[in-house]
Order: sequence, then structure tokens, then C-alpha cells
Amino acid sequence: EDKEEDESKEEDNGSQQNRASRRKNYQRKNRDGKKAREEGSQKKDRGKTAPNKDQKESENKEKKTTKRGKEGENKQKKGRKNSTSSASSNSSDEESLSEEELAMLKEQVEQKKKLISTMRNKPWRMVKKLSVLREAQDFVEKFEGALGKGKGKKLYAYKMMMAKKWVKFKRDFENFKTQCIPWEMKIKEVESHFGSSVASYFIFLRWMYGVNLVLFGLIFGLVIIPEVLMGMPYGSLPRKTVPRAEQATAMDFSVLWDFEGYIKYSALFYGYYNNQRTIGWLKYRLPMAYFMVGISVFGYSLMVVIRSMARNANESTADGDDDNFIFSWKMFTSWDYLIGNPETADNKFASITTSFKESIVDEQESNKDENIHLRRFLRVLANVLIICCLCGSGYLIYFVVKRSQTFSKMQNVGWYERNEVEIVMSLLGMFCPPLFETIAALENYHPRIGLKWQLGRIFALFLGNLYTFLLALMDDVNEKLAEEDVVKNITHWTLLSHHNSSAGNDSTVTPPPLSPADVPRGPCWETTVGIEFVRLTVSDILVTYITILVGDFIRACFVRFVNYCWCWDLEAEFPSYAEFDISGNVLGLVFNQGMIWMGSFYAPGLVGINVLRLLTSMYFQCWAVMSSNVPHARVFKASKSNNFYMGLLLLILFLSLLPVAYTIMSLPPSFDCGPFSGKKRMYDVIQETIELDFPLFVAKIFSYVANPGLIIPAILLMVLTIYYLNAVSKAYQRANAELKKKMQMQREEEKNKRNNKASTNPMLQDLEDLLTPSTKTESPPKQAEDKKTESPNGSSPVRKPGRGEVLAGSPTASGRGAAFTPPSQVFVTQPRTLGIRAPYPGQPRPWGHPLGPVPGRGRGQPCY
Amino acid sequence: MGNKQTIFTQEQLDAYQDCTFFTRKEILRLFHRYRDLAPQLVPLDYSDKPAVTLPYELIGSMPELKDNPFRQRIAEVFSEHGDGNMTLDDFLDMFSVLSEMAPRDLKAYYAFKIYDFNNDDYICKSDLEKTVNKLTRNELTPEEVSLVCEKVIYEADVDNDGKLSLADFQHMIIRAPDFLSTFHIRI
Repeated sequence: EDKEEDESKEEDNGSQQNRASRRKNYQRKNRDGKKAREEGSQKKDRGKTAPNKDQKESENKEKKTTKRGKEGENKQKKGRKNSTSSASSNSSDEESLSEEELAMLKEQVEQKKKLISTMRNKPWRMVKKLSVLREAQDFVEKFEGALGKGKGKKLYAYKMMMAKKWVKFKRDFENFKTQCIPWEMKIKEVESHFGSSVASYFIFLRWMYGVNLVLFGLIFGLVIIPEVLMGMPYGSLPRKTVPRAEQATAMDFSVLWDFEGYIKYSALFYGYYNNQRTIGWLKYRLPMAYFMVGISVFGYSLMVVIRSMARNANESTADGDDDNFIFSWKMFTSWDYLIGNPETADNKFASITTSFKESIVDEQESNKDENIHLRRFLRVLANVLIICCLCGSGYLIYFVVKRSQTFSKMQNVGWYERNEVEIVMSLLGMFCPPLFETIAALENYHPRIGLKWQLGRIFALFLGNLYTFLLALMDDVNEKLAEEDVVKNITHWTLLSHHNSSAGNDSTVTPPPLSPADVPRGPCWETTVGIEFVRLTVSDILVTYITILVGDFIRACFVRFVNYCWCWDLEAEFPSYAEFDISGNVLGLVFNQGMIWMGSFYAPGLVGINVLRLLTSMYFQCWAVMSSNVPHARVFKASKSNNFYMGLLLLILFLSLLPVAYTIMSLPPSFDCGPFSGKKRMYDVIQETIELDFPLFVAKIFSYVANPGLIIPAILLMVLTIYYLNAVSKAYQRANAELKKKMQMQREEEKNKRNNKASTNPMLQDLEDLLTPSTKTESPPKQAEDKKTESPNGSSPVRKPGRGEVLAGSPTASGRGAAFTPPSQVFVTQPRTLGIRAPYPGQPRPWGHPLGPVPGRGRGQPCY
Repeated sequence: MGNKQTIFTQEQLDAYQDCTFFTRKEILRLFHRYRDLAPQLVPLDYSDKPAVTLPYELIGSMPELKDNPFRQRIAEVFSEHGDGNMTLDDFLDMFSVLSEMAPRDLKAYYAFKIYDFNNDDYICKSDLEKTVNKLTRNELTPEEVSLVCEKVIYEADVDNDGKLSLADFQHMIIRAPDFLSTFHIRI
């Protein structure tokens, strides 16, 4: 409908241009042979009319091609009329003409510009687009300079030039941007093999990679690199040195693999950073930067996620839950034009056929509920089983984390004991989803609904696991905090005694400083948390890759090569090839990102690891999917899935923000490690910066702003705004629904009208059914009458039985037959049909309308 | 870049960028795709606009199209004479409309043309039957096909003329959640 409007506008433009050119022609005729100084403008006119005419013609052609030719011509005629009248009036007042002309010209130039910018949206042939474009460009080129005479001219020209430059720059930038988008061809390949749903995962992965690159740039550029370049070097401080006891094994691979040893005392973790207020000759305020980067990681992620959600929501104006167009959508949107692989195409054909058949069956028997009690029981049972699984997995993780804390106090623990938490979590993540799927088979949901349940359950599993892990970790942190107080005293005492002892020995010589490796130090809970997250991420990466390798690749190899010597067909029967698990992969990605967000504050290097992970998994998964997966047999695309995934991501982002915010706001930082050591709380760094580096009034303003008396009203205001906006959107929704209902009713009404017509046939039939006995009984006398009246016309009595047959047959024949019955016999029905038909004088064929063949349908579904 | 410049003049490239949804890199890539279909027919220099037309057999054999049940219709709709033979301009046009950036209305307009098999500017029952048969490879029985077609007309025909006009079609397709994501060919 928008387009229609567009075109009508265009037609208006056309008529306007038409008018203008006409007028000029007229004027030219008038002025011909008058004054020579008008030559210039005449030339201009001529130059203008020529393209205009062409344009007009082309537009006319266009109108004809779009089958709105008639309207266009009508409008043009109108335009012509207008032009003649206006031209006659214009010839009288030539003074105001130049002004008006200029305005007109300006308008036209603007129109042309608009045309140029929207050229690509026109449904024209390329040849036509090119020619129209060239004309428009020529026109703009020619008359742009002529505009803005006098004082505004230079400014106008400058503005035009800048606009041109801007357009060119934008285009170049676009070109550059599209060149920077990686993996376009890879995704295309996947897309053509597996359809758009599988490709959507890879597009999501690519998007995630982009977001992580930005985070990586932020953290590396503002925190890690300044610290490495300008901060104190390794070994200069206790926090930057491996303790003496660990130094022997600090370079062993088994130690490094657990992110202990040298890695623990590197810039990858929180503990390495010094609490020096400024570092290097730049006087870079590292603690401040660390804090701000930590916040902006969340800020940027929130912004990006919400922005892309909003964009998705804007794009999908369609309300997918509209039940009005089930068959139409199946018909016109079910084929995925991206498919470019015969195997996938076969699958798609099959799935479309089944979905059509399903819809037909649904249509024919809307509700066939056999043994609803059994199904209800099974569903409840399945949910109970799954809740048991969830609780069990949560408890298992809590138990394991607790156990790992006792292990960490012991010496000489094996590899398994050290990595138990990660292993258990990964195994749960690997085996629970298939288990859920098996249980879900009990429920017998429609696959699309089943998919949603499955997603929800896996989400609950991951979330539960993550939060039990966090809770257990929190216990650990609290323990460490208690331990820290003790260590703090010991450290203090050690340093003091060392100083005293050296001072006592020889007061003139400065005492040899205590080696930083020997200083006793606290547990540094921040680094512990960071290490936990890094280890979790790494083990997650490994498990994912191993699952792909074993579950997809080895299985595919086995199926392919053992198939030659096996008793049954492996490819078609039991093991077969794996399908690409979109939902599981997306959820895995989302949760991985949640861990990154949570961990990045305590382990700045984590984002780097994640960037590597995403990069490799792009290639690895692309390879795996192309080499060892088969396209889905039945693809049930969750519509609006993009925003669904984004919603999950937002939820995870929020949930991962909570623990980080909690630790920042309410736990004291370690006394001897990290950029905030020595402060009561981490956020004190902001206050410190403001007090020391900003003028006094900023500190004052800040203290006012931070006042709870101001914050609480602000929050209140926000809540009220949200409430108001929510109410407004609800009202809009209601209005929308109302309008929809109205439209529906209108359609219904028209349908009813039409169906009335359709139902005249069955109605007639019914009436005739009623009438037939009477007609049959009545017919002999009437026909006798007929015979009497017709006998002069020479009708033979032989015709009589023939006519009777026709009458007897008419009720069983279609309603149309009723039209042929003599009026004298159906005198009851005839006026009625006329009455119904009366409102439709415009209908060309009142009886033979296209729905004729299915007259019963209209009555069969009145409530549709 | 040097040899790319000789294929099109700068003005041509700019004009193509104005008329399609492609960037110059994509236009050049599309040109090479087009040329790869028949290297002996298509010259490497397009600055003087040679009138080269590739037959439908070549266009339809592209991997992007060859599994599409509507490939012939697509080629016919976008070809200048409706016979499926395409010039480079038609080729660019086709992939521009089917590209990701093309607006919904434009896509809907061409989708309508594609599904309008007999070119009478209405999607009537025979068109729908053809569509269903192409989508299901004639797996449905004639009764089922006709039921489906009737349902489609019943659902989407707003003006009650027993066939779908462009307005009906747009009204229906604009609400479809999957239309934009599926009526799309990445090149």
C-alpha cells in the first residue's frame, strides 16, 4: 500500500513537471521573437523540456507496465487541464514568474535527487533505471548551479558540493565496510547447503566475534598494554613475582595448564596490577582505567545487544502469530531461496509436503484428542523427571565445588581432583540435553513447541549450573577473605621484623631488600575467581571441540566407511549422520559469552582467549558442518528466532552483571594484589580521582549526585517513566488489535456478502427440496394448463414427460439449474434471489462467480 | 584494481551502485560470476555496453538457482523479453532484488510476478496449483492441491474477486515472518 502511495506521489510529480514544462512551452510561444535577452532563459527552458518530455514518456511507460496506466493517464489529463489554465493566468503576470520558477526548479531538483537516491527501490528494468538515473543526474547537474542566485549562491553551491562529497564518502565507507565483513563466502556455502536456519547460527557467531573484538580492543588497549609497557616490570613487586615455594615448578606445563605458576602472576589476571595511581611518563591512571573499562565492557555489551534487538524488532513488523494466513504463508514463504544443494532441496521438498499435509489434516479435523488423560500424565511425568535432573545436576555441582575446596587445601592432588569441577560441568552440559530430548519424547508435543520446551530446559540447566557454581565460588571467596586478615598481619609483621633485623645489624648500610618472592602474601581471591572462569572457559572449548570431533566427525567417518561391510544400512538406519544442533550451539555460545562477561573483570586476558575461541570455532564448525553433518530432515524455524537468541543473550548479560556488581560494591579488594589494593572498596577509585584530579566544584557536584536523596527520586522517576511507556505501548497494542479486528470484521462482512451469494445456491436447493414434492404433485395440472396454453403454439404432448424429468432432476442438480426453471413454479424463491442479488449490480456474473464449485464451504465454516 | 577499472568505467560503476543494492566489489564479483557462465561470450570490457545475452540454460545452471523450483520463473521475470535469457543488467537486477538489503515492498512486487505464472497480473487458481505442485514435486493429490489453493484464496483474497491481486499479495506477504529471510539469495 505504501508503494501505491509512492507511485501516486510520483504521478503527481509527473503531472507537476508536465505542467511546468507546458507552461514554459506556452510562454516560449508567447515570447517568441520578443526580446533577445531572454534567449538564455529560453535555452534553459528548452534544455529542461527535452529531458522532461523523455521523463514523462518513460514514466508513462512505467505506469503502463505497472498496470496503473489508466490512473496515470487520468491524472495526466487533469494535469494538462491545470496546466492550460495556469499557463493562461501566468502569462498575465510575468513578474512573479522568475521567483516561482526558481522555487519550482528547486523543487524539481529536490525531486530528482530523491529519485536518484531511491532509484534502487524502483521495480524497473535496469536499462530504464539507468536511463532515468542519467537524465535525473544530468538535470541536477545542469540546474543545481542555476539555483540560489544572489547572496545565497555561494553557500548553496558549497552546500551542494559538501552533500556530493558526503554521498561519495558514505558510499566509499559502505564499500569499505562490506569488505571488512569476514566469512561472507563461508556462510554462503553453509547457507546453500543447510538453509537459512543453520546459517543464522554462523551469522550469530560472526556477530559475537565482532562484539568480542571490540571488548578485546577495549581491554587490551586500555588496560593490558599500558600495564605491560609502562607499569613496573615483572619481579619488582611481590604481586608480580612467583613465590619462592612455587618457583621450582612454575614453568612446568602441568602447572601452566592449570593457569598457575607464571601465568597466574601475569597481566592476564587481576592480581598482577599495581595500585600505583599513575604509571609511566604519560601519568596513565591505571586503576581508574581498569575500573572504567570493567564498567564499559558491560555498558557496551548492553548497548549493542539492545540496539540489535531493537533493529530486529523494527525489521520484523510482521506479527508471526497471525493465524489468518496459514496456507498462504506456507505457499509463498516456505521455499528457502538460499538453498543451493540438491540434498537439502530434497529435504526441503519433503518437509514442505509434510507441512502441507499436516495443515490439511489439521484443517479437516481440528481437534482429535485421543486419551488426553494419558498424555497429561506423561507430560507431568516428563516435567517431574526433568526437574529432578535439574536439581540433581545443581546439587552435583555444589558438591563438587565444595569438594574441590578441600582438595585445594591438600597437597599432591591428582589431575582429576584438580579439574573435577570443570569436568563435571562439561559432562553435564554434554549429556543432559540429549537426556532431556529423550524425556521430551514422552510428551509428544508438536516439534515447534517441543523445540521451545527443549530450549527452555537447557537454558534452565545451564543457568542453574552457572549459579550453583557461582554460589560455591562465593563461599570460597568468603573463606579467603577471612584468611586474608590473618595473612595481612603476618605480612606486616614479616616486613617489620626484616626491617628491624637489618636495621639492628648495621644501621649505616641500607638493608638488602627482602626479595619480593619471599614476602608472604594473601590468597588474592580476585585472581582465584579469574582463574576459575578461565579454566571453565578453556575446558568448555575443549569439550565442545571434542564433542564435534567425536560426535560428528568420527561418527560420520564410521558411518561412511564401515557402511560397506555392515549388516544394515548405516547411513539410513540407526547411527546415520549427525544433524547440526542449532539451539544447543546457540545456547552454548550464549553461555560462554556470559562466562566471559563475568570473568573479564578478574581476568582481563579472558576476552583474548574468547576471541581466539570464536575465531577457531568459526573455521572448525564450518568445516565440521560441511564435512560431517546432514541437513535437517524437518526444519522448524522458530520465527523471530534472532530476537529470541538476543533476548537470551540480554538475560545472560544481566545475570552475569549481578555477581560482578555485587563483588565490586560490597566485597573489600585484597590488600596486596590488584589495582584497588589498599582501598576499602573498589569503587573508591572514582572518588579518589575526582578529589585529586578534578577541580573542587566537580567533587561537590559529584557528592550531590551520589546523594541517596537524589538517586532514589531518579530511580523512582525512571520506574514511573517505564510504567508510563509500558502503559502507552499497551494502549497502542490494544488500538492495533482493535484495528485488526475491524479489518477482520470488514473482511468477514464482505465474505459473508459473497457467501450469501454463494449460499443462494444451497438455499435454493433447500427450498426446492421443500418444493419438489409440491411441484411434483402440482405439475400434472399445471402442465395440463401449460398444455392448454401452449397447444396453440403447437407443442406436442410428447414433450410433457420430458419436462417433468427436468423438473425432477433440478433439485439434485446445482443451484444454477434453478435459474432455468419456469418462473411460474418457483415463484416463492425467485423474488428472494432477486432481493439478495440486488446489492450487487456491478457483478458481471452474479451466478458464475469463481467460488461456485464449492458452495457448501461458506456455510460450513461461519466462524472462521 | 587496475584490471577491474577496464571492465566498467567509473560512471558505470557509480550508476550501478545507484541502481542496485550492491557495492562496487559485489558488482564486480557478480560480473565475474556472469562471465564465468560463458567466458567465450562475455567480453571482459563492458565500458561500451556490448549487447550480450546469456540463454536461460546457462542462468538456470547456476548453483544458486539450480535447485530452486521457481528458477525458470525467476529468470523469466527478470529477463527483458520474458524468455529467461538475461543480459548483465538483468542479471544484476535479479540479484539486487534478491539481495539482503532490498526492501520488503520491492521483494513483494517481484515475488508476486514470480508466482504469477501466466503473467495476467493476478495470481489465480491455476498459478497457485502450479506453485503447490512445484513446492511439493507433485506429491499431493489433486484434491489436496485444490483444497490448499482454495484455502489460500480464501485467506488472502481481500477484494473477493477469486484471485490474488498485487494488493492482496502484498497485504498477505508483508505480515509473513519468514518472507524476508527466505526470499533472498546470497551471492
